[in-house]
Formats: sequence, C-alpha cells, structure tokens
Amino acid sequence: MFDLRDPMVPAVARVIRSRHETADVWTLDLELVDAVWPGFSPGQFNMLSVFGVGEAPISFSGEPTDNAHIVHTVRAVGPVSKALCHLKVGDTVGVRGPFGNAWPMDHARGRDVIVVAGGLGLAPVRPVLYRLMADRRSHGRVTLLYGARNPGEILYRHEIEKWRTRLDIDVEVTVDHATADWRGHVGVVTKLIGRARFDPADAVAIVCGPEVMMRFAAKALADSGIPEKEIYLSMERNMKCGIGLCGHCQLGPLFICRDGPVFTQDRLRTLMATKEL
Amino acid sequence: MEIGSLGKIIAAHDLFIGFDQAFLDLVTGCAKNVRVEAGRYLFHEGDPADEIYLIREGRVALEISAPGRGSMVFQAAGPGEAIGLSWLVPPYRWNYDGRSTDLTRAISVDAACLRRKCEADHDLGFAVMQRFMPVIVERLHATRLQLLDVYGSHV
Ligand SMILES: Cc1cc2nc3c(=O)[nH]c(=O)nc-3n(C[C@H](O)[C@H](O)[C@H](O)COP(=O)(O)OP(=O)(O)OC[C@H]3O[C@@H](n4cnc5c(N)ncnc54)[C@H](O)[C@@H]3O)c2cc1C
Repeated sequence: MFDLRDPMVPAVARVIRSRHETADVWTLDLELVDAVWPGFSPGQFNMLSVFGVGEAPISFSGEPTDNAHIVHTVRAVGPVSKALCHLKVGDTVGVRGPFGNAWPMDHARGRDVIVVAGGLGLAPVRPVLYRLMADRRSHGRVTLLYGARNPGEILYRHEIEKWRTRLDIDVEVTVDHATADWRGHVGVVTKLIGRARFDPADAVAIVCGPEVMMRFAAKALADSGIPEKEIYLSMERNMKCGIGLCGHCQLGPLFICRDGPVFTQDRLRTLMATKEL
Repeated sequence: MEIGSLGKIIAAHDLFIGFDQAFLDLVTGCAKNVRVEAGRYLFHEGDPADEIYLIREGRVALEISAPGRGSMVFQAAGPGEAIGLSWLVPPYRWNYDGRSTDLTRAISVDAACLRRKCEADHDLGFAVMQRFMPVIVERLHATRLQLLDVYGSHV
C-alpha cells in the first residue's frame, strides 16, 4: 500500500469520471490506485500532476464526507490544466495532498454564513456549501452569492437550480452580461452583497474567485458591517512544493501553500494592495 | 392612487429613504404608479428619456441590440433600484432598451416635471443630485469591473 504521508511523492490515481461543465471547465472524479485517501477539509487542495507535463495546485470541489472519490474541477488555462481537462476515464494522474488550511467551518457554526463566489471560485466553496446544507440547523442564515461572466459559464448550473428551490438558503446568481432569454440578475456580484440578508455582527463571509473580484467583494462585505477578521478569502499564487519549502507562492511574509490558501481580510488587506508582492 | 400613499411609497424607496419631506412632496407631484407586464418594453433606445423609474417589484433588463448578436443585457434593475439616469443629461434620450423580464411595478417620475422643479428650486435640485450621484458612481464602478472581465480565463 502506498504511503500518502510523504508529501513530495505523488500517489497514483485513476480517473473514474469526467464531466464537461462549461466551455473550458471539467470536473474529474479520481480514485487512488494503491493508497487510502485520508479525506480533506473544505478549502484544501491537492497538487495534481500529469505525467510528462507537470503539476498544479487544484482545490477540492467534491463532497467532503465522500472518501471514495477525490473530486476536482479544473479550468483549462495552461499546459497542466489543459492536460488534466483532457484526461479520459481510466487515465492516471499523480496526487500529492491534501495541503493547505481550511475554510472556518467550525467557527461558522451558530452564525450567519455568506458565501460569495465568482467564476470558477464556486468550485473550492462547493464543499463548504455541502457541509452547510448537511448541517443546516447549526447555522443562522446561509446565503450564496455567485457571479459568472455569462449564463453559459455558470458552474454546476443544475445543482444551483436545486439549491435555489431550498427554502433554508438564499441563492442569488448574477452574470456580467446575458442574452435576452436570461431573466436573472445582470451586474457585478458585489452589488448583491448590499441586498443580502445577514446580521453583520454575527456573520462569517467566505469569498472565493478571481483576485480583483475578491478584493471588491471583501470591501463591500466590510462596508456592510462584517468585521475584516470575519471575512475569509482563498488566495492563489503559483506553487511548486505545496509544503512551504520552495518559496514559490510567497506573499510578503506568508506562504500561500502552508499558511493558506485561506486568509482573513484583515491579514490580507495590506498585502493585496501592495502591488510589488 | 392618492398622493398620500404614493408619497409613502416613494419615501420608502431606497433612492429616497430619509429625503426631506417638503422635497418628497415636490417629487411626488411629478410621480405616478406604473405596472408593466413581463416581456413588455418600458422604453426603447433613442426614445425621449422623459421618465425615471423607481422599481418596486419585478425586474427590468437594460439591453442593447447588436446586429447579428441579438439583444445583449448589460444590467438588470430590481426592487429598490432606479433607472433613467439619462433624465439629467441633454438631449434626454435613452441609450438602450428597457424590458420588463417579470411583472414589474414601479413609480414613474415625469422627468421634465422634476427638471423644472429642480431648476426653480436649486436646493431641491442639489438634494436630488445627492441621491442620483451615488447611483451614477456605483454604476460607473460596476461597469469598470464588468470591463475587466474578471471571471474570464482566470480562476
Ligand atoms: C490553492 C490553489 C487552488 C487552486 N485551485 C484550482 C482549481 O480548483 N481549479 C483550477 O482550475 N485551478 C485552480 N488553481 C489554479 C491553477 O493551479 C493554475 O491555474 C495553474 O497555474 C494551472 O497550471 P497550467 O500549467 O495549466 O497553467 P500555467 O502555465 O501555470 O498558466 C497558463 C496561463 O494561465 C494564467 N493563469 C494560471 N493560473 C492562473 C490563475 N490562478 N489566475 C489567473 N491566471 C492564471 C497564467 O498567467 C498563464 O498565462 C488553484 C491555484 C491555487 C494556488
């Protein structure tokens, strides 16, 4: 049996399912070939490698209680992610992980939770939403605000439609632009924050998406009264080792892979505004 | 509807919350209730911008038609929002179409009437500007973010 405890040596996993989500996004279900998967916490990531191509950090996007499958959602942007997206059922990949810290699931208990996601940023927070829905009674109001470029790029569309039918969570989706058949919100996701219902004094915000979107979302959340230490964001920087050794993902004094990728806004504010970092 | 209840509805709309009562009465004197069925147009590109809509219920898609691409919706305004910023800027014409995507209830303010009152009473004019400026700035900022296309090929 392979030992996943050596963080620098990848285990081998087989693709057991591949779903084409949107034009350039695929979701892969993986199964370890000869190792036992230890499970993950929402917010963590794996280093996935395609043999002969390279390695990239990819967040978990699946159900955290499902230890049989490792689920990742990938957008094809460069060599590694394109190779991952083109994998077929039965192909193998290298897996190192899980790495990084997690979204504040325990801290969120008993509070209102507002999840703000943009574009592919819905993938790393989907495990959060699964957890919140499974443990719904332990939280106050639960809100998902999701922004995408256009209706065709809405990730997990069928699932979002299902969530919207639930009476115990508020789900709002907005797109930057649409064709005439779209009947929902059109405009930036930050605009939805002002209209969401939550008690800012007792709320936790979870924000994931492109850095510019996160910066403005964090500002809008703070403007709505949520303290910056209650606003959590997931940072992305190019990574190599995944365990805080190589310095590739250093952001000022922080290593995104080891100290993050989840940080609170009060810690990040100055770093994100510093252009040289 | 009598002016009393119309005034209350305007006073409770996000754009005018906390607005001076005397000014509110002047605005209410230019206003009426409107109801637009889903799929109907409130205005078309090039039409005179002679109304400001304070949306109470429903949603209005603001769209521009492009040859070969059909209509592109660049903004949708819902309850608590106002549309019709062109009422302030000569030549007072709509630059886009406004289509109700759901049954929409709104207060329609006669723009020419409000312009006249603002011209006659600059205190009212300034107070009205103070309400419209943040909407304009917010929309400019939102447009910048849309232009950045932040969700594009980036995570
Ligand atoms: C903690 C963490 C979690 C991540 N989770 C996911 C995930 O769940 N799904 C996913 O698809 N990606 C995720 N990423 C991003 C992914 O690791 C990168 O996109 C990676 O660089 C892809 O490698 P590549 O060889 O395909 O592309 P590269 O050759 O590294 O990049 C190709 C092009 O895309 C641009 N690019 C790459 N990554 C980004 C980015 N993040 N933002 C903006 N531009 C970028 C580069 O500038 C370059 O021009 C995550 C990154 C981190 C740090």
